[in-house]
Amino acid sequence: MSKYLVNLKINNMPIAVEEGTTILDAAKKLNFRIPTLCHHPDLTVAGNCRVCVVEVKGAKLLAAACATPVSEGMEVFTNSEKVRIARKHIVELLLSEHNSDCTKCYKNGNCELQELASEYRIGDHVFLDLVRPESKIQDISSPSIVKDDSKCIRCQRCVRTCTELQGVSALAVVHKGDQQKISTFLNKPLNEVVCTNCGQCINRCPTGALTERNYIEEVWNAIYDPSKFVVVQTAPATRIALGEDLGIPVGERVTGKMVAALKKLGFNKVLDTDFTADLTIMEEGTELLTRLKRALVDKDETVVLPMMTSCSPGWIKFQEHIFPELLDNLSTCKSPQQMFGAVAKTYYADKINIKAQDMVVVSIMPCTAKKFECERPEMRDSGYQDVDYVLTTRELSMMIRQAGIDFCKLEEDHYDSILGESSGAAVIFGATGGVMEAALRTAYEIVTGREVPFTNLNIQPVRGMEGIKDASIKIKNVKPEWSFLEGVDLNVAIAHGLANARQLMEKVKSGEANYHFIEIMGCPGGCLGGGGQPIPTSPEIRKKRAEAIYEEDAGMPIRKSHENPEIVEIYKQFLGEPLSHKSHDLLHTHYKPRHRY
Amino acid sequence: MEKNLKKVDIIFETSDRCTPLEVLEKTLKRSPDDIILDLIDSGLKGRGGAGFPTGLKWKFTRNETSDVKYVICNADEGEPGTFKDREILDRVPEKVFVGMVICGYVVGAKEGYIYMRGEYNFLLKGLLKKLDDFNQALRKRNIDFTIYFKSGSGAYICGEESALFESMEGKRGEPRNKPPYPTVAGYNGKPTVINNVETLVYTTMIFHMGAEKFKELGTKDSRGSKVFSVSGDTPIAGIYELELGMPLHEFVNEFGDGDTKAVQVGGASGHCVPRKKFNDTIIGFEGIPTGGSMMIFNSSRSMYNVLHDYLEFFTEESCGQCTPCRVGCQQLLKGIEAVKRGERPPSYLDDLKKLTATMKIAAKCGLGQSVGNPFNSIVDNFREEIIY
Repeated sequence: MSKYLVNLKINNMPIAVEEGTTILDAAKKLNFRIPTLCHHPDLTVAGNCRVCVVEVKGAKLLAAACATPVSEGMEVFTNSEKVRIARKHIVELLLSEHNSDCTKCYKNGNCELQELASEYRIGDHVFLDLVRPESKIQDISSPSIVKDDSKCIRCQRCVRTCTELQGVSALAVVHKGDQQKISTFLNKPLNEVVCTNCGQCINRCPTGALTERNYIEEVWNAIYDPSKFVVVQTAPATRIALGEDLGIPVGERVTGKMVAALKKLGFNKVLDTDFTADLTIMEEGTELLTRLKRALVDKDETVVLPMMTSCSPGWIKFQEHIFPELLDNLSTCKSPQQMFGAVAKTYYADKINIKAQDMVVVSIMPCTAKKFECERPEMRDSGYQDVDYVLTTRELSMMIRQAGIDFCKLEEDHYDSILGESSGAAVIFGATGGVMEAALRTAYEIVTGREVPFTNLNIQPVRGMEGIKDASIKIKNVKPEWSFLEGVDLNVAIAHGLANARQLMEKVKSGEANYHFIEIMGCPGGCLGGGGQPIPTSPEIRKKRAEAIYEEDAGMPIRKSHENPEIVEIYKQFLGEPLSHKSHDLLHTHYKPRHRY
Repeated sequence: MEKNLKKVDIIFETSDRCTPLEVLEKTLKRSPDDIILDLIDSGLKGRGGAGFPTGLKWKFTRNETSDVKYVICNADEGEPGTFKDREILDRVPEKVFVGMVICGYVVGAKEGYIYMRGEYNFLLKGLLKKLDDFNQALRKRNIDFTIYFKSGSGAYICGEESALFESMEGKRGEPRNKPPYPTVAGYNGKPTVINNVETLVYTTMIFHMGAEKFKELGTKDSRGSKVFSVSGDTPIAGIYELELGMPLHEFVNEFGDGDTKAVQVGGASGHCVPRKKFNDTIIGFEGIPTGGSMMIFNSSRSMYNVLHDYLEFFTEESCGQCTPCRVGCQQLLKGIEAVKRGERPPSYLDDLKKLTATMKIAAKCGLGQSVGNPFNSIVDNFREEIIY
């Protein structure tokens, strides 16, 4: 059904837009910016903050531009006297219940309310201060997320994120009137409820009410401590987004500059999580083939399929809470971050002759759940906590600014070796579908001796931003040792964002789905849309980041994990072969059921 | 004594001349369009307070194309000082049911719901029995309509129609953005007629007595009669059915205690009328409309306390989602406290009046939009009492 055009005037300028367009979007087309707070391109319309109110000729009430569709002949005024007075009142009201201690706020300089206050030059408050002292007590129980109710403006973006995008509903609106607030089940601390630590709420909080637990000072202390050897690893998705926080346009890759900045910050070695992403493919790909063999050849009924990826710690905790009966489906592989920590404090420490206890492993991650993951008791296989501190992409950008580094002007630098070499297959871990594509590039070749049958190795069917994707690849002309896979259609599925993951899991549980291998990333878009990435986020921004990731992959000399020479070397010198005893000790883990409330 | 105030007996009339079911049978023989025309002609406006023409509401819903439509009876009577729906449901529930069935017939709905505030659950036992009997009577007559019952949980905001739908759907009772209006997308996103208890009774009575007779009562803008809940400083508090359009001074003469200082017309969200304006105030849509609440205050009452109570009520009962209402109510309450204590100058009351102007046009629903009514009418008429 084609939509017809609606004619209206905004500030006396005529425009025709499709039926159903909101006043907000119509105004955007005419380059009139209407301020918003509760509105977010990823979420349903709320219309509750009211800062977007506009005057519609003939109407007694102002209309919320974000929630009001245009109608024929409408005449809208976005900056009339009525609108201005009301909007200023609304900003003043929000400030009156907001802890406006901006200079001490973690979000100082990146706060939508602060921007509005600055635009309207709100001086001394007209209204009375309503901030309750008890609301200033922050919830710091979570290793990933800090919640500060005194900064909350009740826009409910976090609640809609947690419900609509993630299907988790750890955050909800409770009470009404002056008592209304955003809280958890029974008002429990965040570390005691079903929170996956994904941090998507942080990405969409307009103020400083939800922020990451930051470890910047701890990392500076380690760097300054002469007795410590500090190595840093960088996740695939950081290199395509870090620039956004440092004056570089969205979608521009900054790998070389990021490495240069990390060296200037004083890290002893700058290494790459991409190396262990390649390692993950070796282990996980082999695990998949082994499971398939046990199922198809040995008819082993204890084998659990579909196998599911385990790179995303938000997803893992989700599964532990919501689908504990499917824990055996998860690959036993640790995430690349944790493989890195375990390898760094054993193999690498030996190589460079540093004692593991003197080594501090810092991760730069697009993720807040990684902060939780590194503290899991299972993640101490080196004998120490394998990864000591996790910083988000945002925290790294803060350190770079603190150090006075002019990021834009940095000369590009290269990762240190070893543990710095990687393939294009590792880079695409940062996008939804990437782990699947990387695994297929390697597994297909192991089985058939040939490259995957896709132009330039780009497996298009597993790419893209659709919430749930699936694909089927026919395996033909296999090597003799893999004859049981001859003619098999390998069915795979990919989901990103936990609401989509839940849908897919329900299908798996009911037996409706018939997949061999499933990739899940906890965040919308995969790691490139992670809870630790620069703010803001939107479908458009994530699309640009994904393009950057695939560009980076296409430009890599090595495109397949098993061809990474450092990977070949670590198996030769240290691990033996995938799924070896040593691999199991260091690179694999287990999961535990968690409560559901 | 010349007196326009006239007590009438329509709603609670229970003569044997005509039972509600007979009205139903008689009316269902007419065409839906004919019924709508009659209802529009009667001039009946919604009795919940907002006063939307009932016939038009039915017509809009009838004009929507949808397999499923609903009729909802709003019995979430929460306005302070209003208790007439309770009485109606207790004494003449069948008249409410019949209004719902006729509405369902007219708009094409097969399900009706009564959403009653939880505080009235003591009525449930008797009411559910009567509802059961009534549903059976419908089945016996092959009328494809069933009435269900839902109980609210005690939030004032759930009387706001879209918040009521949210509550019925099992969600937090928060008002929705409009448009779309209920006639297009109401309960479960389907076209819905939502009428106040009293409105539905009057539809039944109009079909019984005829629009012409109903129109004889009231004025041009306020046809018919209305049930009033009279409370406060009156020796005869209670429920009265009165003709609309009476001057307030006559009401006070009838119900006041001889020392009436002000009347709060329309509950906490209504207007406060001081003695000096009794003569010029008409109770009806051309003057000050009311959902039924008439609170009478005599000279022993502090209007500061009255306003303070109202503002406390709204501060607590705002759903909290929209800024103008959630924060605005708190600022008004704390604001008059600050003025009373001398922490803010009397002129701060004028800043607050400006704030109510913003609340009136920028709040998401009727709650926040109407808080300015009591605030301005009390501050303007009793400014000294607020300050000193």
